[in-house]
Amino acid sequence: MFDNVWLIPLFPLIGFLINGLFGKKIKNETVIGGIGAFAVLCSFVVSCMTILRLLSLPIEERLAEVKVFTWITSGNFNADIAFLVDPLSCVMIMVVTGVGFLIHLYSIGYMHGEEGFYRFFAYLNLFMFSMLLLVLGNNLLLMFVGWEGVGLCSYLLIGYYFHKKSAGDAGKKAFVMNRVGDFGFLLGGFALFWYLGASHNVWTIQFTEIAKNSHLLPTGGIVTVITLCFFLGATGKSAQIPLYTWLPDAMEGPTPVSALIHAATMVTAGVYMIARMNFLFIRSPETLMVVAVIGACTALFAATIGTAQYDIKRVLAYSTVSQLGYMFLAMGAGAFAAGIFHLMTHAFFKACLFLGSGAVIHSMHEALHHAHSHDDPQDMRNMGGLKSKMPLTFMTFLLATIAIAGIPGFSGFFSKDEILWQAFSNQHHGSLNYLLWGMGAIAAGLTAFYMFRLVFMTFYGESRITPKAKDHLHESPMIIVFPLLVLAALSVIGGYIGMPKIIGDALGGIPNYFEHYLEPVFRYSEEYLSQHSQHTALHPSHAVEWGLMGLSVLIALAGITVAFTMYVKNRELPSRFTATFPALHRAVYNKWYIDELYDFAIVNPVKAAGRFLWKGFDVVIVDGAVNGVANIVMAFAGVIRYLQSGFIYNYAWTMAFGVVVILGYYLFK
Amino acid sequence: MENLNGYLIVSAILFSIGTIGVLTRKNAIVIFMCVELMLNAVNLTFVALSRHLGNLDGQVFVFFVMTVAAAEAAVGLALMIAFYNNRETIDVTDMNSLKW
Amino acid sequence: METLFFLIVSIVAIASAVMVIACRNPINSALSLILTFFCLATYYVMLDAPFLAAVQVMVYAGAIMVLIVFTIMLLNIRIDATRRHSHMIFFGSIVGFATLFNTVYIVMKSRAATPATTVNVEALKAGHTELIGREMFTNFLLPFEITSILLLVAIVGAVVIAKKKI
Repeated sequence: MFDNVWLIPLFPLIGFLINGLFGKKIKNETVIGGIGAFAVLCSFVVSCMTILRLLSLPIEERLAEVKVFTWITSGNFNADIAFLVDPLSCVMIMVVTGVGFLIHLYSIGYMHGEEGFYRFFAYLNLFMFSMLLLVLGNNLLLMFVGWEGVGLCSYLLIGYYFHKKSAGDAGKKAFVMNRVGDFGFLLGGFALFWYLGASHNVWTIQFTEIAKNSHLLPTGGIVTVITLCFFLGATGKSAQIPLYTWLPDAMEGPTPVSALIHAATMVTAGVYMIARMNFLFIRSPETLMVVAVIGACTALFAATIGTAQYDIKRVLAYSTVSQLGYMFLAMGAGAFAAGIFHLMTHAFFKACLFLGSGAVIHSMHEALHHAHSHDDPQDMRNMGGLKSKMPLTFMTFLLATIAIAGIPGFSGFFSKDEILWQAFSNQHHGSLNYLLWGMGAIAAGLTAFYMFRLVFMTFYGESRITPKAKDHLHESPMIIVFPLLVLAALSVIGGYIGMPKIIGDALGGIPNYFEHYLEPVFRYSEEYLSQHSQHTALHPSHAVEWGLMGLSVLIALAGITVAFTMYVKNRELPSRFTATFPALHRAVYNKWYIDELYDFAIVNPVKAAGRFLWKGFDVVIVDGAVNGVANIVMAFAGVIRYLQSGFIYNYAWTMAFGVVVILGYYLFK
Repeated sequence: MENLNGYLIVSAILFSIGTIGVLTRKNAIVIFMCVELMLNAVNLTFVALSRHLGNLDGQVFVFFVMTVAAAEAAVGLALMIAFYNNRETIDVTDMNSLKW
Repeated sequence: METLFFLIVSIVAIASAVMVIACRNPINSALSLILTFFCLATYYVMLDAPFLAAVQVMVYAGAIMVLIVFTIMLLNIRIDATRRHSHMIFFGSIVGFATLFNTVYIVMKSRAATPATTVNVEALKAGHTELIGREMFTNFLLPFEITSILLLVAIVGAVVIAKKKI
C-alpha cells in the first residue's frame, strides 16, 4: 500500500552521504545545493503521493505500518525499522519536506560564497533524514533515534560558524539543554515499556500497540509519571519553560537553519510527540494541566521578552518560543488537532518571517560591508526604511506578520483562535480555563505588538545607516524571494483548511477539514474522554465564542496600534518609556535575567561540583587507583622480567631443569 | 648378553656430560658438538638394547638418528655462519635478541 | 678379557667426552669428539653391529665432524684469553648430575625386557647388512622416504641460510 514510504527518509540520507563524503571535492555550489535540494524535493514528491493515497482511503483505514527490516530483537523487546503512515505523520512529512525544500532552495542563494557550503547542505540533509525518521518512526526507539539525530544536527548547524566562540557556546548550550530533555524522554520510554510489560505482559514500544492497549493503563498514577517524563523531553526539544533559553541563543546559526530547525520543524517535535502519544496524556489530568500551564506561561513570558529585543532574529526566536507555548497550551487543553494545526500554520508564517529576516540581514550585511561599517547587520536600530528597497521581501514579511498577529482571514487567526477557544472551553481544567485564556489572549496582544514593532522598525521610517551604505541595499535574488512568496501565500491561505466550526457554520457549513482529517489519530483519546468525563463540559454559548473571538482580535489590533503609535507616529515614545521605567526595561531587555539565574542556581554549582570531582575525586582517588595498579604491576614485572633474559642458555637450562624435575617426580613419587 | 647395564651406564654418563656441555659452554659450535654427543649416547642405548633383545629395529632407528643429525649439522652450521656474518661472533652470551 | 676391553674403551670414551666440554680451543673439542665417536664405533662392533660401526665412522667421525671442523676454521674463531669459555658451571652441573642420577636410577631399578629366545644371534652376525637393508626397505620404507625429504629440506635450508645476504 505505502511500500515506497521508506524512500522519504532515504533521499535526504543519500544527499547527506553524497555531500558529506564528496562535497569537498565537488566544490561547485550549484551542484552541491542542487543535490541537497533535489533530495528533499524527491522526498516531497513521495510525501505528496503518500498523502494522496492516504486521502483516497476510507477514514477508518487510514493507518498503515510499513516494516522495512527487523532492527533489534532481544527477549521481549522488539524494535523494527518500520514507518507509521497515518494522518498525523502525513501532515508532518508534508510540512517537513515542503517547508524544508523551500528552505533548501533559499539556502542556495543565502549561503552563496560561504566557507563550508557543502558542510551546510550535508548537515541540512542529515537533519531532514533525522526529522523524517522522527515523524515516521512507528516505535519509541526509532523516534528517539530521529529525536537525537535532529538534536545533533541542531548542534552542528548552530555551531556552523564554529570559529566564532559565541556560536560554539550556543551550540553546546542547545545540546546540553536538549540532553536534559532527552533524559526525560528516555525515562518515560523505559517506564512505559516496563509498566506495560511487567504489569500487563504487553511488551511493546510500537505506538499502535500501545494505543490499542491503552485501556490497560490507569488514570493518573504511573501514567502521570510517564507523561511528565515525556513532557520534560518535549520542553527540552521545543524550548518551553524551564528549558527554553537555548533557542534564542541558537540564532547564532545561519538564518535558514533558524527557519528550518528552530522555527518550522525540529522545535515542533515535542508537540508532535505529545500528539502522537495523546492516548497517554489524556489519561493524566495532572499532566495535561502542567502542559497547559507551562504552555500558557511560556507563551506569555517569551512574548514579554520579545517586546524589548533589538536583534531581529532574537525577536523572532522569542516569538517562536511563545508560539510553541500556544501549541502546548492546545495540547494541555486536549485539543490535539488544534495544536497540530497551529504547528502547521506556524511553520508557514514563521519560516517566512525567518527567511524574510534572513533576506534583510543579507542585504544589510552587504550594504554595511560596502560602506566598511562594522555595525551589526542584525540590529533593528540600524535598519529602517527598507520598504522601498526590498518591496517583495517587505510584502511577504508583512503578510506573515499579519498572519502571526491573528488578524481575521489569515492562517494564524484560525489556528490561534481555535487554541484560545479550546483553552477556554475544554473540560479538563475547570475554572483554570479562564486564566489560561487570559494569558493566551495577552500573549496574542503582545505578539501583535512586538511583531509590528519589528516590521515598523525594519521597513518603515528613515534609514539609519550611512547614505553610502544605503545605496547598496537591494532586493534579494529570485532564488531567495521565491520561497518567501510561496510561504507568504501559504501563511495567508493555509488556515482555510481548518476553519473553526463556528466560523465554518456561519459561512454556510464549511467543515473543519483539518480536524476531521486528524480524527482517526485521536480516536483512543476521544473514546477515553467519552467514558471518563471528569468535569462537565462547559458548553458556552455561541455568543460567548463570538465575543471571545472579537475580544482577541481587538487585543491584537490594540497591540498593532500601540506599535504603530510608538514606532511610526511618535518615535520618542519608546525612549521616554524606557526613561520612565528603567528597571522594567532593563529586566525585559536582559530576558528577565533568566540566564543569569540559571548560571547562578545550576551552572555554577554544577561547575563547582565538577571541579571538586575533578581535582578531589578524579585526580586523587581514581587516578591514584589506576596509577597505583599500574605501578604495582610494573614493580612485579620489573622483578619478573629478569627471567626473560633473552639468552638461549638460560632458556635451555630452564627446559633441561624442567625435564629433570618432571622425570624425577615420576621416578620418586 | 650380561653387560647390558654397563653399556647403559656409559651411555648415561656420556649423555650427562653432553648436557653439562650444552649448558655451560659459551661457544655455539662446542654446544653443537655437545648436542651430537648426547645424540650418540642415545644411539649407544639403542644399539645395546637392540642387541639385548635380538631385534634389528633399534639399529634401524640409529640409522635415522644419524640422518637427522646430519641434517641438523647442515642447517645448524649454516645458521652459525649466518649469525657470524651479522654479529662477528658465535658466543651465546652475545645472543640476547630473543627477548624482543 | 672382553670386560677389561670394555672398561678400557669406556674410560677412553668418557675421558674424551670430558675433554670435549673442557677444552678451551674448539678444534681440540672437535678432535676429542672424534675420539669419542671412534669409541662408540668400537662399542657397536662389540655389540654385533658392524654396519652401524662403519656408518658411525663414515658419517659421524667423517662427514659431520669434517663439516664442524671446516666451519670452525672458516669462521677462524680466535680464542680470546680474556673471556671465559664457559659459564653457569654450577647450575649446569646440577642439571647434568641430576640427569645422570635419574638415568642411572632407571637403569639400576628397571629389569630389561627378556631377550627374545627365538632370535638366532649367529644368523644375525652372518648377514647383518643385508638384514638391515631388508628391514629398511620393507617395514621402514615410509620413514626412510620421509628422511630423504628431510635431508633435501636441510640442504636447501643450509644453502639459503648461509647465503651472504639474508
